[in-house]
Amino acid sequence: MSRRTRRTTAVVMVALLAGGLAACSSTGGRKAVEDAERARNAGKATTPTMTVALVTHSGPGDTFWDIVRKGAQDAAAKDNIKLQYTADPDGPKQANLVQQAIDKKVDGIALTLAKPDAMKAVVGKAHAANIPVVALNGGLDSWKAMGVTAYFGQDEKIAGQQAGERMLKEGAKHPICVIHEQGNVGLEDRCAGVKQKIPATQLLYVNGKAPASMQTAITSKLQQDKAVDYVLTLGGPIALIAVQSKASAASKAKVVTFDTSDQLIAAIKTGTVQWAVDQQPYLQGYLAIDQLWLFKTNGNTVGGGQAVLTGPAFIDKTNVASVEKFAASGRR
Amino acid sequence: MSAVSTPSAAAVDDRVAARSRSVRALRRPEIGALLGAVAVCVFFLIVASSFREVANVGTILYGAATIGIMAVPVALLMVGGEFDLSAGVAVTSAGLAAALLGWYFNFNVWVAVLLALLISLAIGWFNGTLLNRTGLPSFLVTLGTFFILQGVNLGMTRVVTGNVASKSISDMQGFESAQNVFAWEGSIGSVEIKAPIVYWLIITAVAAVVLLKTRFGNWIFAVGGDSDAARAVGVPVHGVRIVLYMFVGFCAWLSGMHLLFAFNTVQSGDGVGNEFIFIIAAVVGGCLLTGGYGSAIGASIGALIFSMTELGINYAGWNPDWFKTFLGAMLVLATLVNLWVKRKADAR
Repeated sequence: MSRRTRRTTAVVMVALLAGGLAACSSTGGRKAVEDAERARNAGKATTPTMTVALVTHSGPGDTFWDIVRKGAQDAAAKDNIKLQYTADPDGPKQANLVQQAIDKKVDGIALTLAKPDAMKAVVGKAHAANIPVVALNGGLDSWKAMGVTAYFGQDEKIAGQQAGERMLKEGAKHPICVIHEQGNVGLEDRCAGVKQKIPATQLLYVNGKAPASMQTAITSKLQQDKAVDYVLTLGGPIALIAVQSKASAASKAKVVTFDTSDQLIAAIKTGTVQWAVDQQPYLQGYLAIDQLWLFKTNGNTVGGGQAVLTGPAFIDKTNVASVEKFAASGRR
Repeated sequence: MSAVSTPSAAAVDDRVAARSRSVRALRRPEIGALLGAVAVCVFFLIVASSFREVANVGTILYGAATIGIMAVPVALLMVGGEFDLSAGVAVTSAGLAAALLGWYFNFNVWVAVLLALLISLAIGWFNGTLLNRTGLPSFLVTLGTFFILQGVNLGMTRVVTGNVASKSISDMQGFESAQNVFAWEGSIGSVEIKAPIVYWLIITAVAAVVLLKTRFGNWIFAVGGDSDAARAVGVPVHGVRIVLYMFVGFCAWLSGMHLLFAFNTVQSGDGVGNEFIFIIAAVVGGCLLTGGYGSAIGASIGALIFSMTELGINYAGWNPDWFKTFLGAMLVLATLVNLWVKRKADAR
């Protein structure tokens, strides 16, 4: 770039920034949220500082796991715990992250068992190193056999069955179940649960990383099969995309979903999305960390050796108002 | 490199002898893709009844447009001999930049949109400059940018919003007018037309004219064919590369703005993997992985093939377990048709 074009660029940028300062939006934005966010002070434990690792199978930038992490962070702040969060969707890599936590001699490990076989060896190593382990979200069938202290989550198949039952009750005959991550056991389980209740349920695989592609994929399915009367998505943001697909295809299908996000709550309120199956991800993160603190400081086991189910519950128009005020800070 | 040097010698030898119209048409890089597209289209017209409905054409075109807007600049870049692996996440970066800047500083949405344009162009400039200065393969340079952007997308979003998705800016001033520009919807008859379709066609046309009818287009072919030789005859190789990367940046910005205003928020993990879809579209459309050969129209036809295949499988209502396998087989077939036509034409 010559000196002159460089100077021109600088002038343009300064002008834009100056113009930007003058051209502010007086509605919405950060100000509105900050005005709403209250200080969260739940008191703090005076027990010695502990270090706890939370290792999940989340992909980067997943809204659901962000809520789990917020729960864990809030519990850690309350319990005087230093939380070390890591995640990898790949089973062996997740196991490696747990190994690193063991190497660092943390005081406790909370992990997901979405791929139980990959995690088995490393959970044994944690026990050998006398580090308590709790499981959350995935691994309902395998946590006990691995000797894990406690489990917090929902049974995905039961959740799927309940969603299917509710759809059946509402008159669904030809639903589609949209899977945004091919081969994810938990997601497949949900759709399998739905299928048990409504055998006509069809699966649709979409690329969870590309919203426009998801939008057209769902649209094309709705155009192809006019009998589809319910679209069930497995994540809050995807339900909002399905709403647009529905409009594009001029379909009358109802949109329902698993898991929420702050914008999904708004959609339930306005009625564009009927309901969401809520497994309370915040609670999964919070309870897992709190359990490790209780175990270390008082020898307690939440659930008394049984799985603690955090869901499924339904969020619909009747109870959305009670959830709404918590969703703005990304905790529901 | 027939596009670069036009021999003025009066002597006629077989290398410069006039060829028949049909052979010249067959030698164009996008012809194979066009035949591939026709084959895919006919195939799904036969097997999928929904594919035959005119009203559904808009869905297929929209799917093609969201790929094609990026496949065209990526194709130009490939003709110039370079790759851009950061093109997929750069789209997400653009959307996030506008959403986060606007939301955090309470800017009018249009200010945020223009700042995002500067950032997108800067990413392109950075890629080109790093490539020129280091001399490393573009595969490595842009792989670095890919990771940097992926991390920045996630990290910045959390720093600014405390979450992993951008906050909705739909209640901010300027949103509606921006939506009218980047995410409008209309219809021609029963066919739904969305904004990206028009932008895609414009970008394809402009890129095709630049590539085939201008001196800059010749420079692109020259740089991709043999950059040392191009430099020796006075082609500003570094400048051409930077412009090509900035064009990718511009198109990433346009796609990012569409996603932001069509879906209100941007997920910070989006876009990963799309860079390969853009490259696949360009290659199916006749671009060589080695540079120096390819076409903009071809890349758009490649995007159309990809979209027709992807949605055709849905329209046919096939078992989704095998989805990717169908997709892969169709793409290989389309590329083979492409190659076969090129060989036939070259042999003549």
